[in-house]
Amino acid sequence: MSPMNGSGDLSSEMEVDAFRHLFPLRFHERHLLESIRPDGRPLGRARDTTLALGAVASADGSALAKIGCTTMLAAIKMEVMTPTVESPDEGCIAVEFHMPPICSPIVRPGRPAEVAPVVSKQLSDTILRQVVVTFSGMIDLKDLSLVSGKAAWMAYLDIYCLDADGALFDTALLSAVAAFCHLKFPMVSLNDDGRLVVVSGESKGGKSGKEAVNKEQRKLNLISIPFSLTCTLHKNYILADPTAEEESIMETLVTVVLDSSLRLVSFYKPGGPVLAFTSAVM
Amino acid sequence: MEVDRADGRTRNQLRPLACTRGTLNRAHGSATWSQGETKVLAAVFGPKAGTKKNENPEKACIEVIWKPKTGQIGKPEKEYEMILKTTLQSICLLTVNPNTTTSIIVQVVNDDGALLPCAINAACAALVDAGIPLKHLAVAICCCLPDGGYVILDPCKLEEQRTKAFAYLVFPNSLASVRRKGSLQVEVEPVEHGIITSVTRGVMPVEDYLRCLERGRAVSAKLSEFLRRSM
Repeated sequence: MSPMNGSGDLSSEMEVDAFRHLFPLRFHERHLLESIRPDGRPLGRARDTTLALGAVASADGSALAKIGCTTMLAAIKMEVMTPTVESPDEGCIAVEFHMPPICSPIVRPGRPAEVAPVVSKQLSDTILRQVVVTFSGMIDLKDLSLVSGKAAWMAYLDIYCLDADGALFDTALLSAVAAFCHLKFPMVSLNDDGRLVVVSGESKGGKSGKEAVNKEQRKLNLISIPFSLTCTLHKNYILADPTAEEESIMETLVTVVLDSSLRLVSFYKPGGPVLAFTSAVM
Repeated sequence: MEVDRADGRTRNQLRPLACTRGTLNRAHGSATWSQGETKVLAAVFGPKAGTKKNENPEKACIEVIWKPKTGQIGKPEKEYEMILKTTLQSICLLTVNPNTTTSIIVQVVNDDGALLPCAINAACAALVDAGIPLKHLAVAICCCLPDGGYVILDPCKLEEQRTKAFAYLVFPNSLASVRRKGSLQVEVEPVEHGIITSVTRGVMPVEDYLRCLERGRAVSAKLSEFLRRSM
């Protein structure tokens, strides 16, 4: 853009905005030539990430994650259930990802976002990946068992997207992992029918025969924590952590998920061909 | 897991491929693709007038509907639809017919492992049958990594369930069979070395993933030969 003098500042701002909306691709390419992006980040830098644990007081574990403007709130509620016959000492995790209309102007009550079930399925694959032969997921379902064959924990993980500004899967995974880190098992005790019920934190004295089955409020043991990064590829440039605007104009999107021992959990790339891929993997 | 697989194939051997075009006579284009027991039927209707609400009217729009063999449509089907849609969007020439919609309906006839690659191959063959302009064809392959640390190709359902990680890879078809021999001067990495789509499930070390890619790419040449011969 040619520099304008002080009095022309307002009109130059409007021109920049108009150019950005009318020719978004050229606007971004002009920036890429200088190895910078419209919000001032260099190509490889992700946006500022913040994480707040315990955002929801009534849930057993919760976290609020923000990457730039993308905000996700994850909360876990635990319930006691009877395990299935095939796996009597394993619990269960149910992952739900919601995109309410608050998050983005393209989501409306009658028209759910296309991307929501996809992200939800990816998340549940990443968190739960458990195979019969070897175990390779984040959480051992056997950890969730209480009394083998009779009772086990069922964890309901709900993730709400509060603001969708690109890199949805990254933020969702971050908030889910943080919620699991923050999770504390509620106390349970055996009631008179021989079933386990959840007791609240304060003990109500005077009820005889109610001994807590798990006295200490323990935390869940995470085996390997997955991290993910979404990048877009455009011609020969790799942009890390795109915003929604960048995502919508650039065709190819790659999401790489690595776990704490640097093994590849997922390499998800739907889209156009890429030429030099090894650099993208690193 | 031993090297010999349950059905006696070697590691790099694919199941018998079969492709028929023009199976449905009301659809604008249709194809069945089978790899061993896995069979998928794809039908193409289009281009029809108008695009969907949020899509760019300067380009053609692609819509994919995935019908499972049994059961209701749930999240896995939506994910497959999304993957297919983005893959096919990248191989179609979208600017030739702007403001139109092409619908691709994929019906799973039988699922015996490597379902998504089979569907992508079937959709590609159906698009060719319908005459939709494409940049190049797409060949899809499934590689899985059983415990031994080696790569096996095109697993059947049992192998897929027992393995700890697998990857679906889609490559553009190689042009080596079209160009005359001896005229291949490469300064830049040729287009056929790119990957169109990659979806992985399960944890695997990075070197194993790169090995999957190499193996998949080598086989994609064979697959594209087969595709070309059956057109």
